[in-house]
Amino acid sequence: MKLNLKIWRQAGPEDRGRLVAYRVDDADEDMSFLELLDVLNERLALDGEEPVAFDHDCREGICGACSMVINGEPHGPQKATTTCQLHLRHFRDGESITIEPFRAAAFPVVRDLVVDRGSLDRIVASGGYISAPTGSAPEAHATPVPKANADRAFTAAACIGCGACVAACPNGSASLFLGAKITHLGELPQGQPERSDRVVRMVETHDTEGFGGCTNTGECAVACPKEIPLDVISQLNRDYRKATTGGRRSA
Amino acid sequence: MVTLGQRPATRARHTPRPSSVQLKIVMAVSGALALLYLVAHMIGNLKIFLGAEAINTYAAWLRTVGEPALPAETLLWLVRVVLTVAIVAHIVSAVILTRRAHRARPVKYAHRQPVQGSYAARTMRWGGVIILLFIIYHLLDLTTLTLNPNGVPGDVHANLVADFAPSRWYVTLFYALAVIAVGFHVRHGLWSGLQTLGHNSAAAQNTLKGVALVVAVLLTVGFLSVPFAVLTGLVR
Repeated sequence: MKLNLKIWRQAGPEDRGRLVAYRVDDADEDMSFLELLDVLNERLALDGEEPVAFDHDCREGICGACSMVINGEPHGPQKATTTCQLHLRHFRDGESITIEPFRAAAFPVVRDLVVDRGSLDRIVASGGYISAPTGSAPEAHATPVPKANADRAFTAAACIGCGACVAACPNGSASLFLGAKITHLGELPQGQPERSDRVVRMVETHDTEGFGGCTNTGECAVACPKEIPLDVISQLNRDYRKATTGGRRSA
Repeated sequence: MVTLGQRPATRARHTPRPSSVQLKIVMAVSGALALLYLVAHMIGNLKIFLGAEAINTYAAWLRTVGEPALPAETLLWLVRVVLTVAIVAHIVSAVILTRRAHRARPVKYAHRQPVQGSYAARTMRWGGVIILLFIIYHLLDLTTLTLNPNGVPGDVHANLVADFAPSRWYVTLFYALAVIAVGFHVRHGLWSGLQTLGHNSAAAQNTLKGVALVVAVLLTVGFLSVPFAVLTGLVR
């Protein structure tokens, strides 16, 4: 199949960047979207041109590295699918496809489609963890977790931190990511000691990194390749309110 | 190979205050106050269907309620002050959040569909501006009576009938558009406020959206019924 691509090319962080048109004549409908870019890059390399830089790692939909906005949708048009798991059979022969990097002030473009998502790591570093002694794993059944809590924690823990929620949000907010981490740890007994400090610190880092505020448009949950539900943001707000009003905060 | 070196032009990293979640809580609480007022206002308006006497007495009662324990118009002014504070807080928070949202995405997408969520969600900001302009006009029209063609203090019924006279169709049109804008604003705002105040869960999500829609529709229909009745001669 033949595809007409318009890809964002940007030599570096300071470059202004622009969309460049490419035509791929030897695409196959069984290729993944990243393989399409591999094919294009092979040709660019042979022609002595600079290949298109893009992030990828596991290529099986669980690492969250592949980040690009395809025809206006993070990870492309297929629901609950990362770019690496998106296949060309979902596109028409001869279709024009625009490929852009995730756009957010907190995700500066490194080159072409590669953005620096270190801001999400800094949010996690500010509270998205539990403190536990290592090297002496406790007996797994020592702490009972009700099934409903375990299920909700697991749904939230499915977040792979890819940043599609930020890319989709009209406000450039990372609230779905934030809510996923808060809900994941907040549903489990191990997450309780640091629960109120966690939410305050993580929201503070989120705002400092330059992410916008949530207006509940729900775009994030639509774009999320792991289908994190919108109610994790409600959980985030509830935890934040509890942590900042009345009650005492832990150390 | 791309080298992940120095970050480009690192901004001065200050923590913005109030936090984004605090601003959302202000939006939700002030919006709730305004919504409570709107519901009371809409129900009060319906008195026009009970006749001139009923609505004029009701309007007078609003000024004397609380007497003699409280001086005249005390409760009225209390409501006005609380409402003004709420609306100012609502607008200030909205402006701060909007500015942060614009800063959070300095480079726009070349290709991006409009918000898929709902029409209401994507028109909150402009809708809010239209509603504010309408409130200013509305106060000059029916509270201070500066722009009212009849303009007799206390004769609410006659003022309304003169206001929505068929020859002044543009006033009625503006009123209708503003009320519909309020409906959309409430549709997204009520749902969003409940989500912000932490009363959402996966199970409750559709119920909350349904409640917001019903409240928005009832409010819109209630407010539109008055000019409609005047225009069609039901109320004269």
